[in-house]
Amino acid sequence: MSTTEKAGGATATYLDQRLGSNKWLGKNLKKVFPEHWSFMLGEIILYSFIVVLITGVFLTLFYKPSLVEVIYEGSYVPLKGVEMTEAYASTLEISFDIRGGLLIRQMHHWAALIFVAAIAVHAFRVFFTGAFRKPRELNWVIGVGLIVLALGAGFTGYSLPDDLLSGTGLQIARGIVQAIPVVGTWAAFLLFDGEFPGVDFMSRLYMAHILLIPGLILALVTIHLMLVWYQKHTQFPGQGRTNDNVVGYPLMPIYMAKAGGFFFIVFGVIALLSGLVNINPVWIFGPYTPDQVTAGTQPDWYIGWLDGALRVMPNWETVAFGYTISWNILIPAVIVPGLIFTAMALYPFLEAWATGDKREHHLLERPRNAPVRTGIGVMSIVFYALLWLGGGNDLVATTFNLSINAITWFLRIGLIILPPLAFIITKRICLGLQRRDREKLLHGYESGRILRLPHGEFIEVHEPLPKDQQAVLTSMIESHVQPLPAPAKTDANGVRNKRYRIESLRSKLSNFYYRDSVTPPTMAEIEAGQAHVAHEAALEAPLHEYEEEHYVTVPFHGGVLHEQGEPMTNAEQLEQDKGRE
Amino acid sequence: MSDLTTRESGSAEEPKGILARHEYEGPGALTPADMEHHGRRSDVDPKAARRVERQITAMFLLSMVMVVLFVVAYVSIDVSADVYIPVLGLVGAQNVALGVTFGAAILFIGAGAIQWAKKLMPDVEVVQERHRLSSTPDQDAAAADQYQRGKEESGFAAYRILRRTLIGALALFPIPLVVLVRDMWTNTDPATQGMSPAEILSETAWTDGLRIVTDGTYQPIRPEDLPVGGLVSALPENIMEIQKENHNLNERGKSAIILVRMDPGEIRAQQGDGWDYEGILAFSKICTHVGCPIALYEHRTHHLLCPCHQSTFDLADAGNVIFGPAARRMPQLPIRVDEEGFLVASSDFQEPVGPSFWERG
Repeated sequence: MSTTEKAGGATATYLDQRLGSNKWLGKNLKKVFPEHWSFMLGEIILYSFIVVLITGVFLTLFYKPSLVEVIYEGSYVPLKGVEMTEAYASTLEISFDIRGGLLIRQMHHWAALIFVAAIAVHAFRVFFTGAFRKPRELNWVIGVGLIVLALGAGFTGYSLPDDLLSGTGLQIARGIVQAIPVVGTWAAFLLFDGEFPGVDFMSRLYMAHILLIPGLILALVTIHLMLVWYQKHTQFPGQGRTNDNVVGYPLMPIYMAKAGGFFFIVFGVIALLSGLVNINPVWIFGPYTPDQVTAGTQPDWYIGWLDGALRVMPNWETVAFGYTISWNILIPAVIVPGLIFTAMALYPFLEAWATGDKREHHLLERPRNAPVRTGIGVMSIVFYALLWLGGGNDLVATTFNLSINAITWFLRIGLIILPPLAFIITKRICLGLQRRDREKLLHGYESGRILRLPHGEFIEVHEPLPKDQQAVLTSMIESHVQPLPAPAKTDANGVRNKRYRIESLRSKLSNFYYRDSVTPPTMAEIEAGQAHVAHEAALEAPLHEYEEEHYVTVPFHGGVLHEQGEPMTNAEQLEQDKGRE
Repeated sequence: MSDLTTRESGSAEEPKGILARHEYEGPGALTPADMEHHGRRSDVDPKAARRVERQITAMFLLSMVMVVLFVVAYVSIDVSADVYIPVLGLVGAQNVALGVTFGAAILFIGAGAIQWAKKLMPDVEVVQERHRLSSTPDQDAAAADQYQRGKEESGFAAYRILRRTLIGALALFPIPLVVLVRDMWTNTDPATQGMSPAEILSETAWTDGLRIVTDGTYQPIRPEDLPVGGLVSALPENIMEIQKENHNLNERGKSAIILVRMDPGEIRAQQGDGWDYEGILAFSKICTHVGCPIALYEHRTHHLLCPCHQSTFDLADAGNVIFGPAARRMPQLPIRVDEEGFLVASSDFQEPVGPSFWERG
């Protein structure tokens, strides 16, 4: 034993006598995690968040959250002598006068963008594979909370430099707060300490950005990970993988090396990006003043959909009894986002209720095996993408030389028509894929070998599925659920069913989810089918071997067998025929 | 040491091709029939294994070199020096050097660790059983018992008055926390003392006779300075004094205006009779949607477009909304000229400028 190991052992003993930690270590060092590339998405979130925290601490050493006006005297020549806020001046100082300051600032921004992007993709993965199902609904809700917090963290951070772009973003945020009925005006005055822009808001924003929001994120991330650890990770269906086991690699040493190494990869990529690719060059935009703006203003990518919603909303406003309700702001900026996040948080419960599924699910579902859920997911993505496109409608207009009014009208109508269309198309594709899976399970896969039987019939030889593929496809049996039957209005004794309405709704929803699903073959049918295919293929094998000696198989030619020396193309055939003449 | 970690990387007598599952045969090992396993080159060829070892060592060494280079770049490259790099263009030399060395130093550690895991550590999957999440009926019953006992011992159910007053006290105790929020805004501006937020939002610095000055140079404007089709961003004459007095830019965010001049015959409507001066119209610069400043003006159509959300206003038609999410017209400021021939306001705005709010009506 080396001296380091001895020291480590002594530390472990010391800790164990006080915490009982060896019991935990003995059990958990060999804890198994399943492997799949999509499980790395969550890791990217965690690691980029750590990078954000580390770089953020560095930035707080120099940044001044103050809206007091100063004259800039730093080393960025174009802005020398310009009046600006201390917040903006200190951001310039970080960018131009502190060695490595620009690198850390850009790392902070890049890591934040990657953080939010990874959250989005991770949420897709969890949604489309049904990983949110029982027993993981609560972790899904925490995840939705984290999305909202991440957006908040991003927006508050974006606003801190007090350049022309970020100031405009704040002005819009203030306009939204002011539009809230009854309390909006007062809320805006309290938040901003009076009118816009005021002087106190920046320090309040700073507090939210460096203490309140990161603190909440840290707390929720911790719970999120503890639950993943405790409930054990889900796994994709495959050979030897069941609902009751976890197949994968042990934490020590594989995941310590892989996940640990991956942290450095994420960290390193962010550092490289920040060294090579400029992001948010605030010095170009100039200091913020409330009476100036630049054309083509764009928020960070993750706020784009909200800005897009504001842009495409028709200009509805109600004035009643001397009070104003600004639907044109409330709907896109408050009501729609509120509904979206609420629906997201409630989705696992809604689906479980509608489908009547109370089982625990540790095996992930293939998206095709849940056509309605996958359809809803794609529908939401299309809705989001359209709003996001709306956020860049001016850029689309100038880039492609289109009328901004036409784009806006396209989006207004498209937001209503295209998502349901996406739902229908996606559901149909899923059902088609299910049918193909069913075919494969019953009749094997097409080998591409065409065989002519003695009586002249051509058939394509099928091969039995490899075992691992069969295990994956068989998971459609697990996913198949019969829709709930319609409830009776009265029971056998003629007593009225008091829960008829709600049960009827539930049955309708259940039918909506499962009515069209393809009935999977039973295990017995699959085994019989595969055995039959194997038998046929075995019969064909010697014949195939015989043929291989006498024929060449021409690739890219539909698998038709050719005799050696025979023409392979029509051109060659003509050539030969001419020769014969 | 567990079975998991005691595998030597490839010894000579190991068979080539599909390996026997020699690495892990403890609890949870899958039967060979369940798991296909193909040996890696580093498993079957000791030379390959040593090559991988050398690769990984090189990565860790390179990482150390990069850290040294980072420090060198930190002390030797001038923070303001620029360098031209193809594709990237003119960029800060130090930023690139620091980013590349730091990034590479970290990346090499990660790449080395992952290569180690993938090539030299066992690559056989292991099975673990899941534990039951829900409690057994006995445990359920025990929890229910404990709860029942605690409830009875506390008397929470029995002492009705105690229970209700406690709930009342708990309901009230957060009120101070809410009350404390009130002073997040205190009105220190003597000019608006005693006014409500809605009233403050409804007033600007403009009054009768207050000169209009250009934004930036703060010079008063004569009508003849402004050509037909032109647009000028403008402010009240005393804007800098107000800013100095209040130490904020609030007034600028409220009283900023634009002046446009069009042929008087082109003006189809105004918000008040004679509010223009010889075809010069003054409108608020703050969008009535969510408050972005507007200055995209197309002088042939007299359309004013907000760059934030593309609300479009027709300035020849009383500033009415013709497209986009804004619900209200741009407020117009009535103007005239003073004795010296400079443009002045002839009153404040007749309606609140900027985004809507509840009390606006």
